[in-house]
Amino acid sequence: MNESINVRDAGSGAQRPLLEIKDLAITFATSNGDVNAVRNAHLTIMPGETVAIVGESGSGKSTTALAAIGLLPSNGRVSEGTIFFDGEDIAHASEKRMIELRGNSIGMVPQDPMSNLNPVWKIGYQVKETLKANGLPSGPDDVTKVLTEAGLPDAARRAKQYPHEFSGGMRQRALIAIGLSCQPRLLIADEPTSALDVTVQRQILDHLDSMTAELGTAVLLITHDLGLAAERADKVVVMYRGQVVESGPSLELLQNPQHPYTQRLVNSAPSLASRRIQVAKDQGLESSEVLTPDVINTDASKSADILQIENLTKVFKLRSGLGRSTDFTAVDDVSFAIKRGTTTAIVGESGSGKSTVAQMVLNLLKPTSGKIIFDGVDTSTLNSKETFAFRRRVQPIFQDPYGSLDPMYSIFRTIEEPLRVHKIGTAASREKKVRELLDQVSLPQSTMQRYPNELSGGQRQRVAIARALALDPEVIICDEAVSALDVLVQAQVLNLLAELQSRLGLTYLFITHDLAVVRQIADHVCVMEQGKLVETGSTDSVFDSPQQDYTKALLNAIPGGKLMLPPEVA
Amino acid sequence: MTPDINSTQPGETSRSGRHSEHFVAEISDTPLRAVDTVKEDAAPLSLWGEAWKNLRKQPLFLISAFLILLVAAVSLFPGLFSPINPSTEACQLADSNGPAIAGHPLGFTKQGCDVYARMIFGAQASVTVGLFTTIGVLLIGGIMGAIAGYYGGWVDAVLARINDIFFALPLILGAIVLMQLPFFRANRTPWTLVVILVVFGWPQIARITRGAVIEVRNADFVTAARSLGVSKFGALVRHVMPNSLAPIIVVATISLGTFIVAEATLSFLGIGLPPSVMSWGNDIQAAQSSLRSNPLPLLYPAIALSITVLSFIMLGDALRDALDPKARKR
Repeated sequence: MNESINVRDAGSGAQRPLLEIKDLAITFATSNGDVNAVRNAHLTIMPGETVAIVGESGSGKSTTALAAIGLLPSNGRVSEGTIFFDGEDIAHASEKRMIELRGNSIGMVPQDPMSNLNPVWKIGYQVKETLKANGLPSGPDDVTKVLTEAGLPDAARRAKQYPHEFSGGMRQRALIAIGLSCQPRLLIADEPTSALDVTVQRQILDHLDSMTAELGTAVLLITHDLGLAAERADKVVVMYRGQVVESGPSLELLQNPQHPYTQRLVNSAPSLASRRIQVAKDQGLESSEVLTPDVINTDASKSADILQIENLTKVFKLRSGLGRSTDFTAVDDVSFAIKRGTTTAIVGESGSGKSTVAQMVLNLLKPTSGKIIFDGVDTSTLNSKETFAFRRRVQPIFQDPYGSLDPMYSIFRTIEEPLRVHKIGTAASREKKVRELLDQVSLPQSTMQRYPNELSGGQRQRVAIARALALDPEVIICDEAVSALDVLVQAQVLNLLAELQSRLGLTYLFITHDLAVVRQIADHVCVMEQGKLVETGSTDSVFDSPQQDYTKALLNAIPGGKLMLPPEVA
Repeated sequence: MTPDINSTQPGETSRSGRHSEHFVAEISDTPLRAVDTVKEDAAPLSLWGEAWKNLRKQPLFLISAFLILLVAAVSLFPGLFSPINPSTEACQLADSNGPAIAGHPLGFTKQGCDVYARMIFGAQASVTVGLFTTIGVLLIGGIMGAIAGYYGGWVDAVLARINDIFFALPLILGAIVLMQLPFFRANRTPWTLVVILVVFGWPQIARITRGAVIEVRNADFVTAARSLGVSKFGALVRHVMPNSLAPIIVVATISLGTFIVAEATLSFLGIGLPPSVMSWGNDIQAAQSSLRSNPLPLLYPAIALSITVLSFIMLGDALRDALDPKARKR
């Protein structure tokens, strides 16, 4: 019945926005006094419209959305401004009224599908709970219908399963089912797919699109990915440091960004970029000529391939009851070679075995069969002393910038550790080296005395790079090294890596799930699927003419990949 | 423009056919900052430094630290707090169960000894037992737990079963049995008591350490250190142990209090410290016989004991809040 009123409203040309946020300010009371998380935010969503809020972490995008559904953390409050939902001020509505609105009128799909379903209840029960709370029929058939609509195959059986029996994509579908089960007029989707693989992300978003279009639901989509926002939303709102800096129709905003922050964002959005970062080579610097890969190949007596991987296989034994075990082949007959001074990317979705390859190349995991030949020597034959020397030449950079630095160590000790372990230089020369390394990764030298907890993710990742560079390695293995970073910071780190490569002649093995990043940094690509190498080739050939269906699917799934931007912007 | 986007045709019209304008904030209102700059103004702060900064402001910590310092001072220099030394000055039976008089603020025991002086001088034995038991438990339990957690596999399996055996024995029962051994019967000093309490107390710390080590063992920074060339044992000492200390310190602080209670319990049962050693447990036991006629000689050592134990438990609580920000109350 709500809908009929709605239709009449729209028909009469009342043009009343479904959600209207005006001059919103949100304040958090913390032990250090009040903190303004959001200021002067404004946002309008018309019925049936999809609006995306884009911003980096800490920009206030999720906080704004939570305020709209009245679920701010207990120490946060709306200190100024108004939030109108269908003409009703809900910023100051009672808790009782908000409970009436939630579910029925405003639904929510939360960010992390892994932690947002209660592990002790069956999926069906959790859907039923939502239907019941909103006074809708909640028999088994209704539950099945809701789950089927969310695209869950075999819903009647699935409803009787527990969340741990679901994959990430299926859990997200269940959450979407719960969010849409009461046919709300506004759905808030907070990074609904950021934890999922690209191909799954695409399916989920396509499905969300068609469902909301059918029901006429307005969607407030929160994302850090400008490409995704532009592809899915009618309007984009860009937030930066708690303020709305720019908003407008999505394509116009991308093609003609006015605010310097938006311009920055558009310039560095990886999904929109179309070519490799060119550092010195493009600018025609002298040093670049010395360091281009082919020059090194000719003047070095060493072989061109610094790393050769031949028929690499890794089988894990999974315990399946007492004394029995089943084999799980994580890496299946993988072979490729890496040329000195180039970047090779291994791309694959979660579970494709790409990180296992990295662990074996780092000699942290023994291959079941196959060879890893580093600079002409099979690494499995190294004794402990040779392994120690090998460690100097191959260094890793890990994914999680919060986990890869010892929180007890100051930055100086962190970067100095490899030098001390390998007994290089005196205390004074080591300090000098640490200062140089900090310069190389463009961190101020005063960072030396600081501790990891005082640095942001991007800064920590730069410290990790400095540590990896301390021993002047030849190969650096980046295991999802930029995946956890905000777009701008990610672009900065990628630029730094490219610059270091051209300056120091480094070889990178880049493990990533993000094809957009591959485009920016890699010369060669290896695509992995379920432990097997499905396609290899130069980045350009793989991107321009993918041979395998899987590669095509991956490429198609890059959000915003098809949005062509005028060259001066991209 | 782009033929690819047709399902959502933005720009001049949205899906519902309304015009939406392009808004740009005033640049002066929303100044841009350089991407990801390092704060250079604030002083560097380590994790311990940050914990200390939090701790300094907590009343719970301030009160418990003051009480612990007081107890420490009393047990180190009892002479400063009581002019009477009960071990050199004989008790006068004439004063038996006497009330408080000038110079003897808390009255007399049944034996005619000064309650206040005995309470002050009794602190030393209790605190010694508590402190050294904790140190012993930390050494044995810490090493066992760290090795079990870090190396895993059969080492862990064997150590964990040994741990379970000791864990299953109740402390008091075990102590009663051990104290009957001829060697321990012949040498009843605070040190024998420490040995017995360590034997039954280490499994708890071993478990906590094992858990903390397992949590840190798989952290990326340990893998990073290993791939830099740090040896396996080196990574345990340099990276894993320092990062597992916080929960161990918290549990150790709280159990220091419980070891003092255990000492008093054993002494009260007559199997702890010999009656010749002044301790709160012995005093409580001695005063028990005249509980109905004169309860005060029992009350005062009991209060001293409770305050000491309470202050260690409060300190443990405060430390946990400071060292584990996740558990901190809002």
